[in-house]
Amino acid sequence: MLDVRLYLAQRITALLMVPFVLVHLAVIVWAVQGGLTAAEILSRTQGSPFWMLFYGGFVVAASVHGAIGLRVIAHEWLGLRGRVLGGLTLGLGLVLLGLGMRAVIAVVVA
Amino acid sequence: MAAVLQVTVHRGTAGARRAERFEVPSEANQTVLDVVSWIQQNADPTLSYRFACRVGMCGSCAMMVNGVPRWTCRTHVQKVVDRGRNGGRDGGRIEIGPLANLPVIKDLAVDMAPFFDKWVAAGAHHHPTATRADAPSPVRPDSAAREVANAGIECINCAVCYAACDTVAHNPDYLGPAALQRAWTLLNDDRDGGHEAILDAVSGFGGCHNCHSIGSCTLRCPNELDPMTAIAGLKRASARRVWRRG
Ligand code: SF4
Ligand code: SF4
Ligand code: FES
Repeated sequence: MLDVRLYLAQRITALLMVPFVLVHLAVIVWAVQGGLTAAEILSRTQGSPFWMLFYGGFVVAASVHGAIGLRVIAHEWLGLRGRVLGGLTLGLGLVLLGLGMRAVIAVVVA
Repeated sequence: MAAVLQVTVHRGTAGARRAERFEVPSEANQTVLDVVSWIQQNADPTLSYRFACRVGMCGSCAMMVNGVPRWTCRTHVQKVVDRGRNGGRDGGRIEIGPLANLPVIKDLAVDMAPFFDKWVAAGAHHHPTATRADAPSPVRPDSAAREVANAGIECINCAVCYAACDTVAHNPDYLGPAALQRAWTLLNDDRDGGHEAILDAVSGFGGCHNCHSIGSCTLRCPNELDPMTAIAGLKRASARRVWRRG
């Protein structure tokens, strides 16, 4: 149940996530050297436009990518179609976006 | 005593399916179609099935053989028989059913209409650009597009790939490997005037983008064609067009 636009949206968000994931992992490896505390993490992220854009972008890409992937599973395994499937895709995307953005706000807003 | 094949045939109409057992003499050179014909000629004349050419040309004899879609006229029993634990001394077991992913009419005959309807839906029919008054357009056999088209044109419409495709099984709107491969060959054919129409047809919700690229179609195609790669070509071409158009 993918047309060319949903297909492209999923592929492009996958491409975008490659650098997001790599930087995210690299920062984890670098940041845990010498111990890890909540205060240390928040001191890096709070009030930082860079990390807000970084994780904000990451969350948008992951929400679009994940919602489209779940849409395919919902169609092929649960047989959902039409407006139900469309509604579910949008709903899942918004839920993922909401949860992700909540986390982003929690770590970047001072 | 000559070995005997234990044959299970899935029979009946769509609403009333049943499995029947037959014992068929095993021969050294025997195709699955020979087995089905033996049953129809010697055991039960009411058995319905399809074949025509018996040489792998017409594409009408495909069935499920031990759970795998195959062209039965060119499938040797000895290559697919389930020999079981005793090494096949009893001739072995073979299970024959109608092609998967298509509605059953009766016994081993399926309704091919959905399969062919999807060829039309995929734009996989010639879109003429010339009349009989025009000179035939030259086809350069060594051009890159022609080589791509040539790779897929020997399809015999047997629907083996269609029966092998899990995406077709779970997404009934999916156009399927054979129709999409034909769309791809036409997209690479200079004489076809419907390239935009083909790209429109394969870009919808049942189109090429649903293919999971696992390759059961390519694995099972008896003519050793590669619909999976053809579909990848359609994905690229259609994505590029969206890009161009913005
Ligand atoms: S590669 Fe695509 S068309 Fe071929 S069997 Fe898999 S999903 Fe079906
Ligand atoms: S692509 Fe191969 S398996 Fe599919 S219909 Fe054509 S010949 Fe048969
Ligand atoms: S009978 Fe024609 S392909 Fe098998």
